[in-house]
Amino acid sequence: MSMATTGHLAKILTDNQDVLLEGWLGGMLSRMVRRDKVAEGEIRQQAGRFIQLVVKAVEKDPTYDFEASAWTEVRHLLAEMSAARVRQGFTPTETATFIFSLKEPLFTQLRTYLAGDQAALAAEVTETGTLFDRMGLYTVEEYQRSRESVIMRQQQELLELSTPVVQLWKDVLALPLIGTLDSARTQVVMENLLQKIIETGASIAIIDITGVPTVDTLVAQHLLKTVAAARLMGADCIISGIRPQIAQTIVHLGVNLEDVTTKATLADAFLVALKRVGATVVRAETAF
Amino acid sequence: MERIPILKMGDMLLVTIQVDMHDRLAMTLQDDLTSRIVKDRARGVLIDISALDIVDSFIGRMISNTAAMARILDARTVLVGMQPAVAITLVELGLTLHGVRTALNVEKGVQLLKQTAE
Repeated sequence: MSMATTGHLAKILTDNQDVLLEGWLGGMLSRMVRRDKVAEGEIRQQAGRFIQLVVKAVEKDPTYDFEASAWTEVRHLLAEMSAARVRQGFTPTETATFIFSLKEPLFTQLRTYLAGDQAALAAEVTETGTLFDRMGLYTVEEYQRSRESVIMRQQQELLELSTPVVQLWKDVLALPLIGTLDSARTQVVMENLLQKIIETGASIAIIDITGVPTVDTLVAQHLLKTVAAARLMGADCIISGIRPQIAQTIVHLGVNLEDVTTKATLADAFLVALKRVGATVVRAETAF
Repeated sequence: MERIPILKMGDMLLVTIQVDMHDRLAMTLQDDLTSRIVKDRARGVLIDISALDIVDSFIGRMISNTAAMARILDARTVLVGMQPAVAITLVELGLTLHGVRTALNVEKGVQLLKQTAE
């Protein structure tokens, strides 16, 4: 990296800030189809701030090393911007365009500025190009990271949403399971159920598997573990919502459900549970 | 020497474990409990482990052994107050304490013992 060319960038950025900003915004806005997502004013503000920070960084670190500590603030701004654009529903390309569309007006300025010195111009264009590529890639990387964290959060929420424990009656809990049961979910199911047993003092829990599409040996084993854990705490479990095909699979797999009360429907299981807690349901006499 | 107290309530014995169980203590409790069942002619034993955060495989086996011993001496054992974390651990260890009856708390445990006595 020749030291002769360094310093030009900072000077050009400082001297032509307004021209660059206009050129940049023009390029960015013309390329952005979905202009409504970020107000133009916000982009203008971000762009202005970005140029200021880059000038500061270039002055501190004339080697254009984007990983260096001088560029911390720039990295921070880009990360923040990427995260915001993930939430607003931008594509990675639209996000990276923010950086790349500054190249064009900047190169135009460079050409005018270094018109007399072709060698310096070539070197400066290469270096600046490399720097902006790094920044663009960094933006996309941050975009990806933010998107992944959003997905993780949604997964967690889905996990909690899909395993509710409801109280049907005094001392009777129900756990309607929906979706495929894997080890991670079973753990959450088990913990939720046991916690709720403690909270409500329930003595019977109905595990309803109407919404579980397939039951293999692993799922059956998970269910049996949950039943065993609840039993250790002094609560009985009834498994309900077993469809004919699932009953067939369970028998074919040789899973032993003999120690567990099983019912075909939640209604049947509920009646058994009521009987066990000493409650009876009678049809009210209607006067004719 | 450190001992776990055994309380007599009618024809029931109540054991509340409130300290972390180590193996020696568990063995002493087993000895004490079996002799007290005979001495007091107890018909039921209630073991309350609600204060325990950790139950290892040794203690788990000790509990199911004690229940089996009590049964031979004609006393029924009910284990009460197991914490969710403990239940999950025991199940993962494969210790489902077969043959030991369980209840959520002391009150329900006493009820259960009375029901079976009738």
